[in-house]
Amino acid sequence: MTIHLESRLTSPPLPQERGALSRSVIGALRSAAACPDVPQHIIDAADPYGEDLQLALYVLYELHYQGFADVADEREWDPGLLALRGSMEHRFLDALRAGAPTSARAHDVLDRLLTEPAGHDPDSVSHHLQREGELWQLREYAALRSLYHLKEADPHAWVIPRLHGRAKAAMVAVEYDEFGAGRAEEIHARLFADLMTDLDLDSAYGHYVDAAPSYALATVNLMSLFGLHRALRGALVGHFAAVEVTSPPGSRRMAAAMRRAGAGPAAARFYDEHVEADAVHEQVVRNEVVGGLLAGEPGLDADIAFGAEATGLLEDRLAAHLLQKWRAGDSALRSALPRHQNA
Amino acid sequence: MLVEGPVEMLTDDGTLVTSDRFMVAVCTCRRSRTYPWCDTSHRHRTRPTRDNAQDTHNTQDTKHTQEEA
Repeated sequence: MTIHLESRLTSPPLPQERGALSRSVIGALRSAAACPDVPQHIIDAADPYGEDLQLALYVLYELHYQGFADVADEREWDPGLLALRGSMEHRFLDALRAGAPTSARAHDVLDRLLTEPAGHDPDSVSHHLQREGELWQLREYAALRSLYHLKEADPHAWVIPRLHGRAKAAMVAVEYDEFGAGRAEEIHARLFADLMTDLDLDSAYGHYVDAAPSYALATVNLMSLFGLHRALRGALVGHFAAVEVTSPPGSRRMAAAMRRAGAGPAAARFYDEHVEADAVHEQVVRNEVVGGLLAGEPGLDADIAFGAEATGLLEDRLAAHLLQKWRAGDSALRSALPRHQNA
Repeated sequence: MLVEGPVEMLTDDGTLVTSDRFMVAVCTCRRSRTYPWCDTSHRHRTRPTRDNAQDTHNTQDTKHTQEEA
């Protein structure tokens, strides 16, 4: 019998800095000192999708989930850190709004996502992995995705108190499913930790943050940004709908990829569960969460559409990075993984 | 088709299958590979571009896709 070690029993160490912004944040947390004033021109000059700003945001958001070893839990509400986070969020959000301009209605954007490409999509990571993915690529993919999946559905739980009526009841029902429907061993984050074990990865929370490039950090920062701001509740719902709508076919390809590479039963199980669960979730989210929110707050239509479009924008950026690296035979991580013990 | 869970279904070959999800998506198009549960295989597909079609003709992936479509 193997003993299951809960991924979030401990908090991870602070990651390595990647520039002036992340140095300010990590330095302040490490030394228990107040966050130094970061001149506005440094924030203005930062690449909104770059390694430095995305890591700084990621670290600040993590204070709201699991925190870090040897960092006081109270730093979550440190006014200096929150002010810096706000400035960086502005940069990120401005870039997203510029990159994902939409005049479409939420339902039109989601309907478009319901159409699957016929045949092979050369720009899709799951198509690539299903057809020719190698075990080392599946391991890199899982390591990157662990930044989200080890806290799967947590960012979306923040929207619950901002919803009411139909939208709230449906959102809670889907989240209940994500959180194992009353069974700890079925929590999706736990299923992902089991997948990581099959792939000989370390499922300790935060283990792969240093290895994750900005492309991967940005996809998780998007959820935290939308989840933490009531003003962005429409975007959060649009983002969640986009994830649920695109999940079943993608998960089916990922399950096939895991089986083809001999990754192990838990690795395939995680994606099998997402085919079946998300075929339900996408309908509940589109009809009841999006539909309910629009019925109560029709003015949020454009924000729901924006949340879905911004999700696609960042996922496309990540996919382009992964496929470019892998097709060149290179690691897509900032530091390559140790070899698989049994490979 | 969405049905409130838990659901018990007797399939054509006499197997009893159950799902205790809060809501269950039951396949009505018969294309699902996880039949009787929906796996979204009913979805519309875009026409492949000429390059794509040639690219995928000899692969298993296309075979799967055509089965689904």
